[in-house]
Amino acid sequence: MAQTVTEYDTIAAISTPPGEGAISIVRLSGETAVQTANKLFKGKDLTKVATNTINYGHIIDPDSGEVVDEVMASVMRAPHTYTCEDIVEINCHGGIVGTNRVLQLVLGAGARMAEPGEFTKRAFLNGRVDLTEAESVMDLIRAKTDRAMQVAVDQLDGDLRKLITNLRQEILEVLAQVEVNIDYPEYDTDEMTTKMLREKAELVLGRVDELLQTANQGKVLRDGLATAIVGRPNVGKSSLLNHMLQEDKAIVTDVPGTTRDVLEEYVNVRGVPLKLVDTAGIRKTEDKVEKIGVERSRKAITQADLVLLVLDASQPLTAEDRELITLTKDKKRIVVLNKQDLPQQLDMAELADLVPETQLIRTSMLEVSGMDALDKQIKNLFFGGIENSQSTVMVTNARQSGMLRQAKASLKSVLSGIDAGMPIDLVQIDMTAAWDKLGEITGDAAPDELITQLFSQFCLGK
Amino acid sequence: MTADPKVREYEAGTYDVVVVGAGHAGCEAALAAARMGQKTLLITISLEMLAFMPCNPSVGGPAKGVVVREIDALGGEMGRNIDKTYVQMRMLNTGKGPAVRALRAQADKAAYHRSMKDTIEKEDNLDLRQGLVERLLVEDGTCVGVVAATGARYRAKSVVLTAGTSSRGKIIIGELMYSSGPNNSLPSIKLSEDLERQGFKLRRFKTGTPPRVDGNSIDFSQTEEQPGDTTPHAFSYETPDSVYLKDQMSCWMTYTNETTHTIIRANLDRAPMFSGVIKGVGPRYCPSIEDKVVRFADKPRHQLFLEPEGRDTEEYYVGDFSTSMPEEIQLKMLHSVAGLQHAELMRPGYAIEYDVIEPWQLTATMETKIVKNLFTAGQMNGTSGYEEAAGQGIMAGINAALRAQNKPGFTLKRSDAYIGVMIDDLVTKGTNEPYRLLTSRAEYRLILRHDNADLRLTEMGHELGLISDARYAKFQAKKAAIEDEIKRLETTRLKPSQVNDWLASINAAPLKDGVLASDFLRRPEVSYQDLMQFIPREMPLDHYVNEEVEISLKYAGYIEKEKQSIAKLERMEAKKIPDRIDYSAINGLATEARQKLTKIQPQTLAQASRISGVNPADVAILSVYVEQGRIAKVAPGA
Repeated sequence: MAQTVTEYDTIAAISTPPGEGAISIVRLSGETAVQTANKLFKGKDLTKVATNTINYGHIIDPDSGEVVDEVMASVMRAPHTYTCEDIVEINCHGGIVGTNRVLQLVLGAGARMAEPGEFTKRAFLNGRVDLTEAESVMDLIRAKTDRAMQVAVDQLDGDLRKLITNLRQEILEVLAQVEVNIDYPEYDTDEMTTKMLREKAELVLGRVDELLQTANQGKVLRDGLATAIVGRPNVGKSSLLNHMLQEDKAIVTDVPGTTRDVLEEYVNVRGVPLKLVDTAGIRKTEDKVEKIGVERSRKAITQADLVLLVLDASQPLTAEDRELITLTKDKKRIVVLNKQDLPQQLDMAELADLVPETQLIRTSMLEVSGMDALDKQIKNLFFGGIENSQSTVMVTNARQSGMLRQAKASLKSVLSGIDAGMPIDLVQIDMTAAWDKLGEITGDAAPDELITQLFSQFCLGK
Repeated sequence: MTADPKVREYEAGTYDVVVVGAGHAGCEAALAAARMGQKTLLITISLEMLAFMPCNPSVGGPAKGVVVREIDALGGEMGRNIDKTYVQMRMLNTGKGPAVRALRAQADKAAYHRSMKDTIEKEDNLDLRQGLVERLLVEDGTCVGVVAATGARYRAKSVVLTAGTSSRGKIIIGELMYSSGPNNSLPSIKLSEDLERQGFKLRRFKTGTPPRVDGNSIDFSQTEEQPGDTTPHAFSYETPDSVYLKDQMSCWMTYTNETTHTIIRANLDRAPMFSGVIKGVGPRYCPSIEDKVVRFADKPRHQLFLEPEGRDTEEYYVGDFSTSMPEEIQLKMLHSVAGLQHAELMRPGYAIEYDVIEPWQLTATMETKIVKNLFTAGQMNGTSGYEEAAGQGIMAGINAALRAQNKPGFTLKRSDAYIGVMIDDLVTKGTNEPYRLLTSRAEYRLILRHDNADLRLTEMGHELGLISDARYAKFQAKKAAIEDEIKRLETTRLKPSQVNDWLASINAAPLKDGVLASDFLRRPEVSYQDLMQFIPREMPLDHYVNEEVEISLKYAGYIEKEKQSIAKLERMEAKKIPDRIDYSAINGLATEARQKLTKIQPQTLAQASRISGVNPADVAILSVYVEQGRIAKVAPGA
């Protein structure tokens, strides 16, 4: 049954300010901080190193064995630490991409995402921070945990909630069946067999995997969100690109031995890394006023996770515009209505039939207006603020994917338990854990759910 | 204040502990208090009803069976008593894992009662008296005794109430309704009124029992036999295998059918459950047959068990046929069932409504928050089942005895025992229906096994003075034997040449390299007994030790997982909340949390976190106060 034990488990968070810096730090605090970090750390055995040491090594993805980052890990042991608990600080190479991935792995390895202010709260609870600060700490807890909870739950896309609730219901039915066999052994209810349990576990595991994949923010963060800027010639794609590349936001990777055609350019929009697809193509079509645009755009669109479709608001829609609108219909899309500085000729009524208002952003590249709104829209799309209703279900934050990974680990234990011939009531321990983890994502943890299910599902006597 | 102004009160005796009610809770409470050296009185409405089983003639089963062993490990009586008086013993869930195996015995009801009465009569320090307690003696918010209907005034340092279903009990059979305790015994009316006067919140619960029929009129050939086990088992750790009963009685299984269901449906307007006559809340896990037929309309039949009520009686209990239909309909229903076509009804089934104390008015020691030195236990606290009652009874008895000696209370954690789970559930969450223990209520059921109840609790029982030194020495020897054997298996290597022939003979994968015996035992196809053919002991160990060694090694991974979660929980449990905090003075608590905390008055942060409506943020704020030791915010006059 779900147990809220939030006090002493190991928590983790990125402790450096968001954005690009030379290094970023993922900090863990709690009883199993060192063991948790050690599961991912290739180098010295962190559980054996002395306190207050800094250790060179690599963070490895335990699933794939892949090296994620080259890091320095500081190990500080209780009680002489900030929180008076064991602390590990993993110094990663700067950049949200790698650091987020490390955080994800740490959460998958058993740590819980720290609530805002939680490190300080622990420092206080463990007597490290002056007691006179009590009231302010408490305000912090009230303000931040409630908001954090609210945000965490609000961030849940309706579809995701539905999906996870359904998965939990699937598990719950299995659990109730196992329970009824245990508590009412002599009744002619169907016996839940390990075969049935395996089928259910595999089914749920498959869905959890899909969720982790389709929405694997880690993957997107690692590779960048493939973004295509499309539009017919002279609508302002190039200016948009240049604006986005401004302000040192660009990370230009010159891959040796290649031509400018495969040059990849990244921009960081409010923490969302965008990998711009075919920037060369944008320049080319702008250079020569040729009709190679659509073909090239078509290709870019297929490669893209996000499409920025630029339209010229000072001209009526052309056939080419309409074709691009149709092509990007099922994509995650933002339609940029550029040239707001000129007299508006575009028929908004016609456009409204083709593109929902929520996808429209008005800009003027000349006056550099509307860029903020665009950045915000990109961030919202990625972090799920305004989820596109036709998009697939997406897990949008680290806490959720961390819990999903833990649920996945429990489901895998279910399967390995069955393989090892363990009796069903033991295997069920891991199944219950998976149910609990999924419940933490949606914020549902009603302890009496199982018992209620038991009695609604079965006819019992005695 | 007395019930009848003509009855004169008199001083009838002074005790350390007075226990009111001699059901399963009361008997354990009184024995525990007396055995802890306290001069104890057990007073009950009828001596004939002492340790009486008004419903099914059985003890144990999943979760409940573990409770019986826990009671035994704490030095209680239920296990020993059923071992002396059962007519059938069965181990349930043998096909499943070790966490959920459960022992159940069919009891000889009359023998069970006689044997318990005998034990109580022979116990030093314990007086047994028939009497109807009508009110409490309360001075300055502290209970100092009780007064019986005869005017007898008993003084006591602490009092345990275990009134069961007698409290304003009302029996209902169809249109018939009358004031009564279980099985037509005297109800207790005035005590309920007195409790309300003291400020207790009471509510109505309902339970029921099926008809009893004459065994001579049952055609057993139309039913399925369920014999007992031939392998010896016992509830008490003190009962030797040698006394295992060979000549056991069987139970018999039969089913309802469409005819039965048609009769029930046709007469629902006469069913008190449906006509609105019954107001009390009934248990979901023990529905009446009419309830089952209505709620699970698509089920073509329901299982019934015919259980003997004892050796010297022909009465059979028709298990799972609990009903409060009019007697006339009960007969028709019975006669529609295979094997019961000519059954003669001896006692009709009935529903009984009774008062319970809302259990959140208790602390974890079972003392009431409203009246000091007053403890309540058993069905009166909203539970159902003999085992649940007895488990609370022994805890209440222990704590009443400790209180009488001014010693600190004794509680069990959720990770210690099912008894701990039950009491924590009751005092933390209250209950909206008669509470039954289920294995699913326990978070750590792999730790709370029936085989290791002695390992979990004997030490505590000994410290309390309820386990004799001799028994304790025996227990320690067993514990040492388990540890030694585990160590032996963890240090003994097996070579492939030793075991591969045997593995081949059972079609199991051969070993490539040598392994530790403990690792070999983790293979699902290998049992401890199998292992002994390769690494025999000079002196084979007793089967309880073997069982323990096998479970500890075989399921070590899972046990470790549960132990880790327990360690987490225990640190929260260690954070005690000072008594009687004024929650209204703590800024930042959400309104619902404040109300719930004020009502429940949790004793630890962990308990607070289990209250529904208390969120992690509230627990965090509370923890700040606890850490800070800001007890200045204690309610004035507390």
